[in-house]
Amino acid sequence: MTTLDHLRNRDAVLRMSESEAEERASVVDPDDERMIINMGPQHPSTHGVLRVTMELQGETVLRSKPVIGYLHTGMEKTAEDLTYLQGPTNVTRMDYAAPLFTELTFSLAVEALLEVEIPERATWIRMLMCELNRMSSHLLFLATNAMDLGAVGMMIYGWREREEVLRFFEKVTGLRMNHNYIRPGGVAADLPDGWREDIQKILEVLPERLEQFDVLMTGQPIWRERTQGIGVITTEEALALGATGPILRSTGFAWDLRRAMPYLAYDQVDFDIVVGTYGDTFDRYAIRLNEIRESMRIVEQCIEMMPDGPYRTEDRKVTPPPRARIDESMEALIHHFKIFTEGFKVPSGEVYTSVESPRGELGCYLISDGGPKPQRMHIRAPSFVNLQTLPHMMHGGLLADAIAVISSIDPIMGEVDR
Amino acid sequence: MSDLSPAVEEETESEQPEIPEASVEMLHGSAVTSAAGQTVLHPTKDGYHDLVQTLKDEGYGVCIDLCGADYLGNETRSLPITISGERFELVVNLLDVHGSRRIRIRLQVSEADPVVATITDIHPGAEAMEREANDMFGLEFEGHPDPSPILLPDDWQGHPLRKDFSLGRIPVQFKAVDGR
Repeated sequence: MTTLDHLRNRDAVLRMSESEAEERASVVDPDDERMIINMGPQHPSTHGVLRVTMELQGETVLRSKPVIGYLHTGMEKTAEDLTYLQGPTNVTRMDYAAPLFTELTFSLAVEALLEVEIPERATWIRMLMCELNRMSSHLLFLATNAMDLGAVGMMIYGWREREEVLRFFEKVTGLRMNHNYIRPGGVAADLPDGWREDIQKILEVLPERLEQFDVLMTGQPIWRERTQGIGVITTEEALALGATGPILRSTGFAWDLRRAMPYLAYDQVDFDIVVGTYGDTFDRYAIRLNEIRESMRIVEQCIEMMPDGPYRTEDRKVTPPPRARIDESMEALIHHFKIFTEGFKVPSGEVYTSVESPRGELGCYLISDGGPKPQRMHIRAPSFVNLQTLPHMMHGGLLADAIAVISSIDPIMGEVDR
Repeated sequence: MSDLSPAVEEETESEQPEIPEASVEMLHGSAVTSAAGQTVLHPTKDGYHDLVQTLKDEGYGVCIDLCGADYLGNETRSLPITISGERFELVVNLLDVHGSRRIRIRLQVSEADPVVATITDIHPGAEAMEREANDMFGLEFEGHPDPSPILLPDDWQGHPLRKDFSLGRIPVQFKAVDGR
């Protein structure tokens, strides 16, 4: 109970309505010199439209509250109006930096209700693409995290490296983002010719570049000064607040769903879980940098172990017929038409599936009423929950460090607000 | 995931046969079912808060997800016979990070009395999720430290994820501009 008491007694969370915060904004209380300021929702370091209401005393942040919802577009409601085949087009827009993971968790949920078996090759393609996506997402983090702290050169490098991965995604899925590639039943298309060489090129370039990042940032006194000991959180606090992903691992607690509750074929590949020690901003940075290296290891193994076979289930209830069959068979044409207009029916029931996204546990809770559209689709977004740690990390720190802390949580607002 | 047997007799809510309660498997005073291999507990409203506490003491130390659901118009739901289905459900997914296991709680919440005890005193991380359930379904959490809207504007009317909140006629609501 001590952690609970500690969290409560620390008084880090500002509980104030939006209107009251607006009224009291930028007015200094003459008694205790406290002042409320609103950072965002339009601020370059808030990664989109995050607004943080902070109570300051001089330069020190006392209490704060993340105000979210500016990007809320009712995607969970939209999901109830889309068939299961259209579903991934919707969920892929939630975490736009790691879209394949949301597609994956949604597809796993649908497949669990359908009880269809996924071909081995589809499983490995999913794993390959997800690990590449983890790399691109973490590269984006390195870019924005460094930019927030004033290392503008790193921003360009991070985007440059990420672009290499996105170029491969474009070749495979047709799109750089919002792929709609992982679908219930498998993946949308097989890997294109020469995919091995394309990935090899990325894998050859990246290690050297990561070394350069180490020189540019990890060892730099200025970088360390800005990140070490800033925004500290303990394992108990992180668990109590529901935080997962790099935030939880930065505290030294090796929790990774890929290891703890393996899905896809993660139990067949070798990789290490990267953990921190102090739970500070530097640890969270270092974890993500090194997770890129671990993902590269997994990608290499995926290239080696990629099995042959179909890339989507042969179950005709879920999968449209092959293109060639449509030209020769009337039934196949009708079947194709039916699947894309009416959709396939999913047996009634409810299920919760989860995957380890670059930001933490990404879950999908799906209720089916036996029809072709979900009755309820809920995405457990890691950023949404992780943002709750923000007031506790910022409490007692300097205003300038608040930027570093927000950045180290790596929130994706599309996923927070859904 | 769990060694609890999924062998539970289930009935759709439209039928109400007279079967003794003893045939339903129980855990901590709540009926247990299994959905796609996942263990699901069905507590009563009074027993919900204590159940979460008991499970926490048992190792389920992380409230990983909490959301509402609206079963209006869905007649296909299967529940243990001791539980009568209500319109709303509160679904809580708990995680044991030391034993790598999960458990789910499905609590029936009636439309007439959508008030539930908060679990933020046990799992502080449930705070944002309970606020979201309040926004989306109008479920109220007694004892919640900050029951303000989280995703919706402060002055929003209605609860968008309820089934009777139609997509076809979304009123565009703007905040009042005070004479500027």
